[in-house]
Amino acid sequence: MREVYQKIFRDNLPHIWCAGCGNGIVMSAFARAYDKLGLDKDKTVGVSGIGCSSRITGYLDLNTLHTAHGRALPFATGVKMTRPEFAVFVFMGDGDCAAIGGNHFIHACRRNMDMTAIIINNYIYGMTGGQFSPLTPFGSKASTAPYGSVDRNFDICSLAIGAGATFVARGDVYHTKQLEKLIIEAHEHKGFSVIEVLSTCPISYGRRNKMPKPMDLMNYIKDVTIAKERADKMTAEEIAGKIVTGVLHQSAAVEYNEAYMAMVEKLEVGKNG
Amino acid sequence: MVEARLVQGNEACALGAIAAGATFYAGYPITPSTEIAEQMSALYPKKDGKFIQMEDEIASIGAIIGASCAGAKAFTATSGPGFSLMQELIGYAAMTEVPIVIVDVMRAGPSTGLPTLSSQGDIQQARWGTHGDHSIIALAPASVEETYLMTIDAFNFAEKYRTPVILLLDEIIGHLKERFLITPDMMPPIINRQKPQAGQEFVPYKNTQELIPALPDFGEGSRYHVTGLTHNEQGFYSSKPEIVESFINRINAKIEDNSEEIFRCNGYNVEDCEVLLIAYGSISRSAEEAMNNLRREGINVGLLRPQTIWPLNEALIGDACCGKKAVIIPEMNLGQYAREIERCAPDDVPVVSLPKVDGTMIFPSEIEELVREVLK
Ligand code: SF4
Repeated sequence: MREVYQKIFRDNLPHIWCAGCGNGIVMSAFARAYDKLGLDKDKTVGVSGIGCSSRITGYLDLNTLHTAHGRALPFATGVKMTRPEFAVFVFMGDGDCAAIGGNHFIHACRRNMDMTAIIINNYIYGMTGGQFSPLTPFGSKASTAPYGSVDRNFDICSLAIGAGATFVARGDVYHTKQLEKLIIEAHEHKGFSVIEVLSTCPISYGRRNKMPKPMDLMNYIKDVTIAKERADKMTAEEIAGKIVTGVLHQSAAVEYNEAYMAMVEKLEVGKNG
Repeated sequence: MVEARLVQGNEACALGAIAAGATFYAGYPITPSTEIAEQMSALYPKKDGKFIQMEDEIASIGAIIGASCAGAKAFTATSGPGFSLMQELIGYAAMTEVPIVIVDVMRAGPSTGLPTLSSQGDIQQARWGTHGDHSIIALAPASVEETYLMTIDAFNFAEKYRTPVILLLDEIIGHLKERFLITPDMMPPIINRQKPQAGQEFVPYKNTQELIPALPDFGEGSRYHVTGLTHNEQGFYSSKPEIVESFINRINAKIEDNSEEIFRCNGYNVEDCEVLLIAYGSISRSAEEAMNNLRREGINVGLLRPQTIWPLNEALIGDACCGKKAVIIPEMNLGQYAREIERCAPDDVPVVSLPKVDGTMIFPSEIEELVREVLK
């Protein structure tokens, strides 16, 4: 495993994250998945927004773009359209993607450009010290919701499906084998693929919500999640209060750059014919 | 044989971008710049280029920065409200030294303002719209032909200095249709970004004497990190005071130290005149006519017409103002450039602003009147 990490990480570790943070787990799962995919690092671009999790791109030995808060997807769109043959992975946090970047997110889902968006959902703005995000569960405490949040939260996977993403999955930092597999499947899917990763922020979320130790949040994630294959066999009552993980949605639709090139070809045929 | 034809300013901008080698456009519809997007959507699919309409102006500038990192010469076009939205990422492009061109077809503001009427109200926004200390290049053409040629200049400057460049058209120039004939001798050479040299160690943000590090495209093998955080030569975050200071100084100096080369202007009777007009964009044409009318009356008026708005060549402007009875700056704003000229002019030279913000152009007669008044 060490060799895998050596291949994919830059030599600028240690990382900045707190002990018990889920970001490193996601980054390692990505590295293992990336290694299995066997992609060319020179032809891979990692793009991220701003926040604790978006620092991931700084540690990956790829072409990396650490953009502005909420704006990772527009940058990725420009990269992918210029070089459709590149593999593009986008890392975003929950506030980054769903709040300030929400508009870009739904339109990226709609366009169906072939790239993979990994949303690391730790339920909180970690870097700024624990404010609630659009993915913070209703009622959770945050530094700007000291009495519990009265803001209803998104289900980002449902949002992605509604907006037209053609591959939508949910993983978590407890089930890392599954996460690795989901990243591989997401990349292999042709079109815009989304993975929500339930992650942990013991410092800014756990401590305020009666889960002060890193393992508390891990246990919470372990208990609350249920794999889709199992959930499919259960009744609505049995899965009430659970969060379903796995591939939640997959469909076929024309990919943006292919649609663009088909238009170009038509124009050329018209010109020559 | 190429023949002269009627071309609109916005269309000339689109054609100039293609001549400069730009292959990527991302934009969001906004009056009075929309014709540029429409042109690119029609031209690029036929010319190996890429056009995308994004969900807003922030996404548009994000997409062109991404495209530029991937190797394309990339641009967007907008107007006041959209230009305001782009400011954060203009700072990002300045910080990361990614070449891009932003065309701002100026309309009257603030806010929604007068969407179809002209203004030159974004002169200071172009300079200081994004936060933090940075330099910028901004150009303002005064004719349709010049719009074509200066669009090429804009890409050349962006590539050469690794910086965002702002092309300031005013609505009058953007929507003006006039004679257009570009002959090969008028064409500037095309400049492309400096790539790292093969066989040499690649240090992404190396502080060399030239102040402008080489820029590889994504995919060429020099994998590196691009971040809007203050970074060291390797491209990674640093808050060490000496690293921060030398970085910020470098990205400012690479433009300011070259202001003599970047600042371009035309002068008419500058040296021997009594009253000097300084005007840019469409209003420089009113100023030129006012100058000619007044000279026919025997009043000795000259005109300095900056094509480059930023960076200023302060010494050149100071010298031009020297010894004049008055320097008059007509502009469609409340004196945004006049303030800069005042800063450069000798203390004993009166610098008079001729502002206008009612959505109408400044007519030659208004300038003539003021010249007569200051000479009384
Ligand atoms: S604040 Fe939270 S998200 Fe940020 S590094 Fe610490 S644990 Fe991770």
